[in-house]
Amino acid sequence: MKNQLLKYLFILSMLSLTGCGYNQFQSLDEEAKASWAEVLNQYQRRADLVPNLVSTVKGYAAHEKEVFTEVTKARASVGSIQMTPELLNDPAAMAKFQAAQGQMTSALSRLMLVAENYPNLKADQGFRDLQAQLEGTENRVTVARNRFIQAIKDYNVVVRSFPTNLTAMAMGYQTKPSFTVDNEAAISAPPNVAF
Amino acid sequence: MSFKAVLFALFTTLLLASQSALAGLVAVPAFSAHVVDLTQTLSVSEQAALAAKLSNYQQTKGSQIAVLLVPTTQPEAIEQYAIRVVDEWQLGREYIDDGILILIAKADRKMRIEVGYGLEGAVTDLYAKRIISETMTPQFKQGDFAAGIDAAINQLMGLIDGETLPAPTTQHVNADQLQGMMPLLLFGGLISGMMLRGLFGTFFGSALNGGLVGTVVFFIGLSLLGAGVLAVIAFFFTMMMGSRNINGYSGYPIGGTFGGGLAGGGFSGGMGGGFGGGGASGSW
Repeated sequence: MKNQLLKYLFILSMLSLTGCGYNQFQSLDEEAKASWAEVLNQYQRRADLVPNLVSTVKGYAAHEKEVFTEVTKARASVGSIQMTPELLNDPAAMAKFQAAQGQMTSALSRLMLVAENYPNLKADQGFRDLQAQLEGTENRVTVARNRFIQAIKDYNVVVRSFPTNLTAMAMGYQTKPSFTVDNEAAISAPPNVAF
Repeated sequence: MSFKAVLFALFTTLLLASQSALAGLVAVPAFSAHVVDLTQTLSVSEQAALAAKLSNYQQTKGSQIAVLLVPTTQPEAIEQYAIRVVDEWQLGREYIDDGILILIAKADRKMRIEVGYGLEGAVTDLYAKRIISETMTPQFKQGDFAAGIDAAINQLMGLIDGETLPAPTTQHVNADQLQGMMPLLLFGGLISGMMLRGLFGTFFGSALNGGLVGTVVFFIGLSLLGAGVLAVIAFFFTMMMGSRNINGYSGYPIGGTFGGGLAGGGFSGGMGGGFGGGGASGSW
């Protein structure tokens, strides 16, 4: 008899947990964390490419000092931000992180533009290999960012829609910051090229 | 057709229409064969030869390589279109992620090799780029698409062969789908078991419940063998249910034990492999 009761209680508790969206929050939260980790991972991969890239370009275009300092500065500011999953719950730190990565993106694209002016550099196999790696990494960053945006959207929709918003209120879950349009504009602004 | 059905049909049509009209993107074709050519570039025999080679490779090595030729990917970049295709096609085995897509946008004169997570070590961006620029581009420039694709496939196979991957299995049950059904199946089985036992007595009730679970699982898409195994498990479980010396339920003693499969020689479609944007693009 006692067993019977326990069993019904168990079933009931499972159903109520599923019904109020608590489990949904957990799985979506993990999803968001995982996709954020992937974003960090790919940005890290890009940062790791930079020293090789800079030294290769330097070999052919040592006097383009301006672009080198810019890339180096961007890398330093990216490196100064701890790339931890906790960034995800801190909108201010997140904005800083995005700004730094955006700076890196524009510095790198300027570096590649400079490289266009040196035919010998463009023919260098080492440079071409690095270029392929950079392209691949940038594409991975894009994919990771898109999936992250999607995951955050899924999470935020559940936080804000009824009836799961009641659970969110009770448990103190809040919407998570995503990549915002403001930063997006800064990132995708084409670099100024002066001839 | 009832009013509800009409409404439902209308709703789905609207939904589908709005989706495909979304910003006028190029639709992802169905993954109907290892080689999908929407440009009529390859002859029937070339297509068959390439497809046979790829399906043979999938059976011996396990990795899934597919070729897609489309007229254009505009307004998207080829990279964006490629990731949409692989997200839908799910090339490569689940959790091994050993799929590769060779995508060619003929009118754009662009191609891309999209590499699954599990093969990013074997087919690095570098190798992919070299295959594109040194193998495919020269052949494509001469208009010999079949030879270019064939040579690229050979090189990719050579790279993948160097990688130790799990041996191919004949199991094609969509484990993910099944896992999603598990809680439902568990509770459904429990409840129906209780009811049937109450109605028909321990033995007949259990037998009926076993049969019921087996049938349901079979229609969900598991093989006959897998369904049979589950049915037997459900039978014994229902038999034991409620005997006094068992306290609490740990659920059906199943999980990862589904043998058999829907193997067979035919084309099996994607297998759940994941992609993260690895690979390289080029143009000719």
